[in-house]
Amino acid sequence: MFACLHAPENPAGLLDCAQTFSPLVEQTAPDTVVLDAGGLDRIFGLPQEIASAIARHAGEAGLRVNVAVASNPDAAVCAARGFAGLSVIPYGDEAKFLESLPVQLLAPSPELAETLERWGIRRFRDLARLPEIGLAERLGPEGVRLRLLARGEAQRPLTPVEEPPRFAAEMELEDPLELLEPLLFLLARLLQELCARLASRGLAAHELRLRLRLADGSEHARALRLPVAMLDPKAFLKLLQLDLSAHPPAAAIVRVELEAQPAPTRAAQNGLFVPLAPEPEKLELTLARVAALVGEEHVGSAELLDTHRPGAFRITRFMAENRQLLQRELSRDRQGAVSLAFRVFRPPRPARVRLRAGQPTYVQAEEVCGEVAACAGPWRSSGDWWRADPWARDEWDVALGDGSLHRLYCERHNWFLEGSYD
Amino acid sequence: MPSAALREQLASVLGSPLEWQARPAPELLPTGIPEVDALVGGLPRGCLTEVCGPVSSGRTCLLYAVMAQVAVREEVCALVDTDDTFDPVAAAAAGVDLARLLWVRCGGRAEHALKAADLLVQGGGFGLVALDLGDTPVEIARRISLTSWFRLRRAVEHTPTVLLALERQPLAKTCASLVLELRREAVLWSGAAGCSRLLRGLRAAAERRKPVRAARAWFEARVWG
Repeated sequence: MFACLHAPENPAGLLDCAQTFSPLVEQTAPDTVVLDAGGLDRIFGLPQEIASAIARHAGEAGLRVNVAVASNPDAAVCAARGFAGLSVIPYGDEAKFLESLPVQLLAPSPELAETLERWGIRRFRDLARLPEIGLAERLGPEGVRLRLLARGEAQRPLTPVEEPPRFAAEMELEDPLELLEPLLFLLARLLQELCARLASRGLAAHELRLRLRLADGSEHARALRLPVAMLDPKAFLKLLQLDLSAHPPAAAIVRVELEAQPAPTRAAQNGLFVPLAPEPEKLELTLARVAALVGEEHVGSAELLDTHRPGAFRITRFMAENRQLLQRELSRDRQGAVSLAFRVFRPPRPARVRLRAGQPTYVQAEEVCGEVAACAGPWRSSGDWWRADPWARDEWDVALGDGSLHRLYCERHNWFLEGSYD
Repeated sequence: MPSAALREQLASVLGSPLEWQARPAPELLPTGIPEVDALVGGLPRGCLTEVCGPVSSGRTCLLYAVMAQVAVREEVCALVDTDDTFDPVAAAAAGVDLARLLWVRCGGRAEHALKAADLLVQGGGFGLVALDLGDTPVEIARRISLTSWFRLRRAVEHTPTVLLALERQPLAKTCASLVLELRREAVLWSGAAGCSRLLRGLRAAAERRKPVRAARAWFEARVWG
C-alpha cells in the first residue's frame, strides 16, 4: 500500500511530513511525494484512516495537500494529482476510480499528446480501453506505459530518498568539566564511536567539528580540516588535544558534540620507486605539534606573490601529497652552478650609514658594523605607485672590512640593512 | 672443544666480531656542488651533518643547493628557521621547489627550533631536515646541551633523512657524522668602482673537519638573473 501527498501550492516541508510516517519516501516531483504505507494499518487502521492521519499531520504542519492511498505508487500519484482532498482507491478498482481523469495528467510527450488529441483520447477511460497490441504498434513502449498508468496497473518499486548520513555523537555531562584531560577521555569514546560508524560504511573523515556548550551558556566551536581523509581515532584525538590546548574554552564544559564530515577513504598504492614523502596522517600530527610549538602562522610552504615588491610571499598549508614537480631537473646551464643565497633580516635592521660622494663608506647596525671595502649601487626600484602603499628604494650591495657581504637600502631617507649574502 | 677452536669455527661461519659491529656505509645525498661532492661524496642519510662558517661564507648557498637536489629527487624537505632568515625568492632562484619545502619559523627561539627539528625527524618521510642556526649568536647556540644533539642523532639514525645543521661554529661535537667548515675567499665584482660595479658572487672554500681532514675544495656562488 502506498500513499501519495501532493501539495501544488506550497511543497516546502512535504518530504519531512512524509518521513514522519515512513522511512521509505520517494520524491516523485518537487510537489509530490510517495511513501510506503505498508504496516501503517496496524497503527491507524483502515486506509481511509491512514489518509486522514496523514492529511491531519500535514495540516498541522501548515501544508494543504491532496492525499491518495492506493495499491501501487503511480495510481496513488494520479489520484492525488487529479482529486482534491482524500482519495482511497480500493484494490482492483484502480481503473474505475481513475477513469475520469484527463490524459494530460500522465504528462505524455508533446508528440504523443498531439496524437492522442487527434484520436479523441481525452480521459483515462478512453486510453484504458485501447487494445494493448495495437497501441504498442502505433505508439511504441511509451504508449503501452501510459495505458498501464491509465488502468492503474503500473507496478514499480519506490526509489526512496536517501538522506546523506550524518556522523555525529554527543554527550551531556552531569558535572561541568574544567580540565582538558577528562574531556579527552570523553572525546576518545566519541571518536571511537564515530570512526566505527564511518568504517562500517567504508568512509573516512576529512573534517571534524567539535562544539562544546559551556557552563556560562556560550558555545566553543572548533573545526579541524584535514588535507586527506583519515580514519584513525588516535590521530584525531591528538589533533583535537593540540587544538584545544592552543584554543582552550573560556568556561567549564557541560555538553560535548562531535561531528565528522564523511569522505571516501584514501586509496593509494605506493610503488617501489615512489620518492620519499611523509605519511599524510603522520604529517598532519607532526604539523599540528610543530604549530602548537611555534604558532600556526609560522608553519607552512612559502608561495611567491606576483609582484616586484621585495620580500613578497605568503604562507600556505604544507601538503606533501599530489604535488606535481615543477622543475624536474635543473636546466643544463645551471648544472653544477651555485646561486648566491641571501639571508633576510626580519624586520630590516635600521642602520647608520656614512656617505662619501653618494656612496656608503661606513655602516653601523645591530651586530653589523664596519668600513665598506667595496660596494655596488645604487639600484633604484619602485612599484605599486597606483596603490595606497607604494614603495621606492635605493639598494647597495656592500662588502665590509671583515669580508661580510650585505644588502643595504635607503627608503624615505632612512637606511636599513635588509640581509646578508651567504 | 677448546674455546679458541670454537671461536675460530664461529668466526668462520658468522664472520669476525669486528665485522659484526661494522655498519653499512650510509647512502649519500649529493650536495649539488661538484667541488663539495668531490670532497665529501655527499651528505650521509641517517646522520647529522654540520655546516659551519662565518657570515657570507657560502653556508646558505650550500643549503639551497642541497634543497634543490632534494627537489630534483622529488623528495620533500623541511627547514627549521631559527631566526626567520629564509629568503623564498633567493631559494626559488637556486632551484628549491618551495611547494615541497616545509618552512618552520621559530622567531629566534633556539629551543623551539630544536624541538621542531626533533618532531620533524621523528615524524619521518623527509629527505632533508635542515636546522638553520646560522644567525643565532654563538653564546646562545653553545647553550644547546649535548643531550639535545644526541637526541637528534638518535632520532635520525636508521632513517633515510639527512639532518643538516647550519651554524657559525660546530656545536654537536661527537654527534655529527660530518662537519664541513666553509670560509669566504673573495667577493666577485665586475665593472669599475663607483660607476658600473656589479656584484657577481662570492668564492668560498670548504674543508672537511670530520671525520678526517682532507684537502680543501673551492666553489663559486654566482648571482643569477
